[in-house]
Amino acid sequence: MFDDFFIRALVAGIGVAFVTGPLGCFVIWRRLSYFGDTLAHSALLGVTLAFTMEFNIAISVFVISSIIALILIQLQKKTNLPGDALLGLLAHSSLAVGLVVIGFLTFIRFDIMGLLFGDILAVSVDDLLIIWIGGALILLVLKLIWKPLFASTVNYELAEAEGLNPDRAKAIFTILVAAIIAISIKMVGLLLITGMLIIPAAMARNLSSSPQSMVIYSIIGGLLSVIIGLFTSLEFNTSSGPSIITAALLLFILSLFKIKQTIKLKN
Amino acid sequence: MSTDQNILVKLNDAGLQLNNKWLVKGVSLQVEKGEIVTLIGPNGSGKSTTAKIALGIYKKIDGSVEKYTNKVGYVPQKISIDWTLPLRVNDFMMLTESLNKDTIDEALSLTGVIHLKDKNLGDLSGGEFQRVLLARAISKKPDLLVLDEPVQGVDFTGEIALYELIKKISDELSCGILLISHDLHTVMSATDHVVCLNGHVCCSGSPMDVAKNNEYKALFGEQASQILSRYEHKHDHIHTDEGEIKKN
Repeated sequence: MFDDFFIRALVAGIGVAFVTGPLGCFVIWRRLSYFGDTLAHSALLGVTLAFTMEFNIAISVFVISSIIALILIQLQKKTNLPGDALLGLLAHSSLAVGLVVIGFLTFIRFDIMGLLFGDILAVSVDDLLIIWIGGALILLVLKLIWKPLFASTVNYELAEAEGLNPDRAKAIFTILVAAIIAISIKMVGLLLITGMLIIPAAMARNLSSSPQSMVIYSIIGGLLSVIIGLFTSLEFNTSSGPSIITAALLLFILSLFKIKQTIKLKN
Repeated sequence: MSTDQNILVKLNDAGLQLNNKWLVKGVSLQVEKGEIVTLIGPNGSGKSTTAKIALGIYKKIDGSVEKYTNKVGYVPQKISIDWTLPLRVNDFMMLTESLNKDTIDEALSLTGVIHLKDKNLGDLSGGEFQRVLLARAISKKPDLLVLDEPVQGVDFTGEIALYELIKKISDELSCGILLISHDLHTVMSATDHVVCLNGHVCCSGSPMDVAKNNEYKALFGEQASQILSRYEHKHDHIHTDEGEIKKN
């Protein structure tokens, strides 16, 4: 059944959407869009290292992204630079270093476009295992830290005062973001992963009145985006990542009509 | 003098320094079961900071804080909620602990906001939100309640009712309450112990003791002292003429 590359891509994409749905909600709630972007940019370095050392891409990306996240946390503590400046610094320098390293690797033929924008032909059965097992683990951990993470997202001091240990939840969540980037990089491409996290969740925000419903709509939005995007990609021979994100954008635009209605009802 | 087992939280010479400036320094106080301890003091005197030290929100403090319970309910003075979150009152009630419907309904009824249960948190008025905050803090039946100006923005009749409720909760749950308030009238009638702050503990004791204290008079004026004295009849203890107040 997984012989067909398209079926593999579809199964992989569906697995990714289940995880990006809930994680994306937290990325929006905690205002971490650019943080996600930074980790994604640093993923290129992870990919090149994986090629150099003939190592698994997902694991290598996960390790590098986690290290970048740790460096960011340290820099935030030690410098007086604003958060967005630090994010930009890390994002672009790690992207640049990654590209420089690629320049040295003349002996390997690189599909840079595939790396940046996703390539459905590249999804192997091993990747499917990584996505589904890794994804299940991410969701399990997220479920375990849901209460402290959500409470501290609403208000840090309340969570801390009432004994929920929000700092630990935040650190774990950071690692989860690194992990989802690692497992979805082949599908969506590293430039567009943040879009996969944010756009379905943003669409869901327009439709929902409670955190739980936002998570559910976000998953549904992600699934629809993947399915529509991949079929378009197959039909018109476009890159998978941009096709998926464009589909997500269309869904977001549709969701704007729902807000308009609610605002009308309120007035 | 009660036994140590009744102590819920204890600050030993605690203080907090930020950017080489002391926000509050040398605070020693304790809250016991069934007791209401009130922090008073002018703006910027370190009341909220002291409450946060007691809650363990600040990590790098001077001195020490001993917390003997994890069942804590907190009503912060300022709370900024990010409205990118779709959050109804009902979701907010279960923020730090999963509660069943009856418990939530009961708490919301007590503070008079049960009709707002399905409303979005962002649509509430200041006073309504304050009542929801209080309901959330009491709904988990905590051992220790820390209330930082819990009735700010609540209408006058509501204010009295809520203070009565706080007193009732303290009696019924026999939980300890650390209360911060500006309203000397309402608060003092119910308070067991007053700590007057001005960057440090300027005086502490029963409301009567504090009222007679000269530092207190200097800080709040003669009138405030008279307010406290009105509650004299409610405390059947004897006063000594100490200048400095020591803890009993």
